[in-house]
Amino acid sequence: MITYLEFEKPVAELETRIKELKASAGEGAVNIDAEVKKLEAKVEAQLKAIYAKLTPWQKTQVARHPARPHLKDITAALMTDFTPLAGDRKFGEDCAIIGGPGRFRGRPVMVMGHEKGSDTASRLKHNFGMAKPEGYRKAVRLMEMADRFGLPVISFVDTSGAFPGIHAEERGQAEAIARSTEACLKLGTPMVAAIVGEGGSGGAVALATANRIIMLEHSVYAVISPEGCASILWRTSDKAADAAAAMKQTAQDLKALNLIDVIVPEPVGGAHRSPQAAIKMLGDAVETQLATMDGMGTDAVRDDRRAKFLAMGR
Amino acid sequence: MSWLERIRPALSFLTKKETPDNLWTKCRGCGQMNFHRELVDNMNVCPRCEFHERIGPKERFQQIFDGGKYERLGIPSVTEDPLKFRDQKKYTDRIKAARGATGEPEAFAVAEGQIGDISAIVGVQNFAYMGGSMGMGVGEAFIAGAEAALDSRVPYVVFTAAGGARMQEGLLSLMQMPRATVLTSLLREAGLPYIVVITDPTTGGVTASYAMLGDVHIAEPGALIGFAGQRVIEQTIREKLPEGFQRAEYLHEHGMVDMVVHRKRLKAQLGSLLGVLTNAPAKAA
Repeated sequence: MITYLEFEKPVAELETRIKELKASAGEGAVNIDAEVKKLEAKVEAQLKAIYAKLTPWQKTQVARHPARPHLKDITAALMTDFTPLAGDRKFGEDCAIIGGPGRFRGRPVMVMGHEKGSDTASRLKHNFGMAKPEGYRKAVRLMEMADRFGLPVISFVDTSGAFPGIHAEERGQAEAIARSTEACLKLGTPMVAAIVGEGGSGGAVALATANRIIMLEHSVYAVISPEGCASILWRTSDKAADAAAAMKQTAQDLKALNLIDVIVPEPVGGAHRSPQAAIKMLGDAVETQLATMDGMGTDAVRDDRRAKFLAMGR
Repeated sequence: MSWLERIRPALSFLTKKETPDNLWTKCRGCGQMNFHRELVDNMNVCPRCEFHERIGPKERFQQIFDGGKYERLGIPSVTEDPLKFRDQKKYTDRIKAARGATGEPEAFAVAEGQIGDISAIVGVQNFAYMGGSMGMGVGEAFIAGAEAALDSRVPYVVFTAAGGARMQEGLLSLMQMPRATVLTSLLREAGLPYIVVITDPTTGGVTASYAMLGDVHIAEPGALIGFAGQRVIEQTIREKLPEGFQRAEYLHEHGMVDMVVHRKRLKAQLGSLLGVLTNAPAKAA
């Protein structure tokens, strides 16, 4: 069952007709191949047209699409010998952030990222990708380990934000995020961060303070959710679409502002339509970015990261 | 309506309310009326209930530096309104209003002077200026302060106060978290003390970066300190928050701040701490 977004309605109607045609073809002897082909071409054209001019708010919805490839799809397709590790060695295990050592296309690396889950049970298990302090402290642990073993770090960011709850605050959510950002900056090996869905505020920055920052074509990265921004500045979350546009949170806007390095194109109709093709292009982009840092020493890689962030906005 | 009444609200410099010395103000802590001058003489702490009123950089510098003597450092100017942001108001109008109301160019001010005979750079975040919110200007001012401390090899003391990042600057505001963290890392590598005094309120991206990366965290009594806003948490968990949640004393209890210090003892506490951390010879009693 495909989840159609509001603006994908024309496509939904076409695809329903294709399905109906195919079903009726089973009963009669009428040749429908030509008609189906015509409709499928129409779907392709519609998707291309719609996705070529998505508004920032529509992109936000694509970025949050439930069928968008998540961390476990990405690691399954791009990694071998992936060994997820558990726990921050201080309090607990937080499944909102998954990570561990493995091989990325043969190369030993440390991988980490947010996992939102893909059905009710896994969404609850991963807390919808909203990490608690122990999640960020696990990330720190992974980065320190990467540093010790000379492993480059690849992080896949996809979170609406850090979890807002009593216990998260009690255990120092702010401190945990700050320390994770600090650990990114301290890392003596190359780091590539890819925003693959939502880059939600501090919860994203904690894993995205990297040498190279890449974004999938229809992902977003912002200081606050459009709904949150609208409810504060417009005093109603109904203005989320306006806030999404005003905050310049799309990959295209952020590239123009020089805050990210590369936009990775998505298949026609978004990554959720052809996850494997999207993941392959993502993998290619990560590989290319890692290669730009081959042979860089510990100090060089750290200085590069510091200089990158200090130069932002100047 | 006369022309004057009509035009008055449109003039930002007229809407600013000066509090004359003879006025009484209501304490936000106990609701009692305080004589304005008495309150100021008491470091803006309510003489009845000890409520710590928010103060700006001018008062803070005066209170914290020896003999109230200090020198302001210039802060870098930045691209104003990089996103051409407009909500119900234009961001540039909000900036104008904030400057008019505070007389400050940004929500972060930097000065140098001595605290207990120890030279230090002090940065003060100003809640009265757009809620102290952290954008490019605040980030650059924080960085300039840290660089001044590195150049003179002196401690950096920062008073935080902010609702969080400045949404009107989009992702650029969020990027101030790693940008400021570059400097806290450099201070650490240089072996220079970085002390954070967390004042009311400090939340969001400011807490989740330079406010929580100090060698020592001092909080003012009753200060609201946290990452997520209380309304957001209540909406998420759908229950009432416990009494004293996210207050300075609560953070102390949970190991996130080292001490909660009354404003009257703050200067002495900073002085002794800086003296020890910089290996200064003990003062004669």
